[in-house]
Amino acid sequence: MDSTARRGIIRDALGIGIATGAYALSFGAISTAAGLSLLQTCALSVLMFTGASQFALVGVVGAGGSVWAGAATAALLGSRNALYGMRLSSILDRSRWRRAAAAQFVIDETTAMAIARESVPESRFAFWATGFAVFALWNLGTLVGALATHALPDPKVLGFDAAPPAAFLALLAPRLRAREPLAIALGAAVVALVCLPFVPAGVPLLIVAVLVAIFGIARSRG
Amino acid sequence: MWAGVLVACAACYALKLAGLSLPASVLQDARIQRTVPLVPVALLAALVATQTFSTGHHIVVDVRTAALIVAIGMVLLRAPFLVVVASAAATAALLRLL
Repeated sequence: MDSTARRGIIRDALGIGIATGAYALSFGAISTAAGLSLLQTCALSVLMFTGASQFALVGVVGAGGSVWAGAATAALLGSRNALYGMRLSSILDRSRWRRAAAAQFVIDETTAMAIARESVPESRFAFWATGFAVFALWNLGTLVGALATHALPDPKVLGFDAAPPAAFLALLAPRLRAREPLAIALGAAVVALVCLPFVPAGVPLLIVAVLVAIFGIARSRG
Repeated sequence: MWAGVLVACAACYALKLAGLSLPASVLQDARIQRTVPLVPVALLAALVATQTFSTGHHIVVDVRTAALIVAIGMVLLRAPFLVVVASAAATAALLRLL
């Protein structure tokens, strides 16, 4: 890998890091408005470090669901990282400890950056560069967003209860480029709303997850 | 709260590590390959719907609906993430002032 390729990778990694840092501001704000402490909010960004799952946990809690329903939704959303890990395992090196450290960085952004490169050394460098850039700025953004929101008297006045659905929509939109996911999204929204009056908060999400799993398995047989 | 937060963090880490560690044959199963990408689509859509149209166990249509419409417009305009979220929050806040 020459120095031009290396510089290009670092530049891309910083670009993605800055973009995710900006989006971490809204995570820190939403998490704080949902009632999580500063330490809990920051712990999620350091330890969970996968955006959609973090938004889901604090979204469910903020809407009055139990933290366990939020945790289950977060884990279900994290299942896609296992598929990313599978695609990355041939790129990353086999040392057990480095693999355990690399695992924390297996997310949408690092996977996209690593698999876009043509040689294994470049892919590996892109994975780590993106991982460090996103991790640093994601956590910094979370802290700033949480501290700023702590200083506010009443987050609801600023429309913070309308922020989580917009965040989920922005995470969903790139996945809706074909007809089937669009139909699944609409179906899931309807099912969740139909169940909502009859089951505890957060449970409609788990019902939707079970139904989509059954649908996916049935479809791949046929 | 802490227990739920930490268990969820551990579960998410375990899923990431599983992808790097499990033999490829397990995850290359056609059912898993087909089903796993559908889960975030369904869950995110269900989250959008329930968090916009409900308060507790009641279906409601309030300023959050207008906020969602603004957010959809912003997404269609390919606005950055933070702009989508901030414009939805601002819409709800402004409508409450009226």
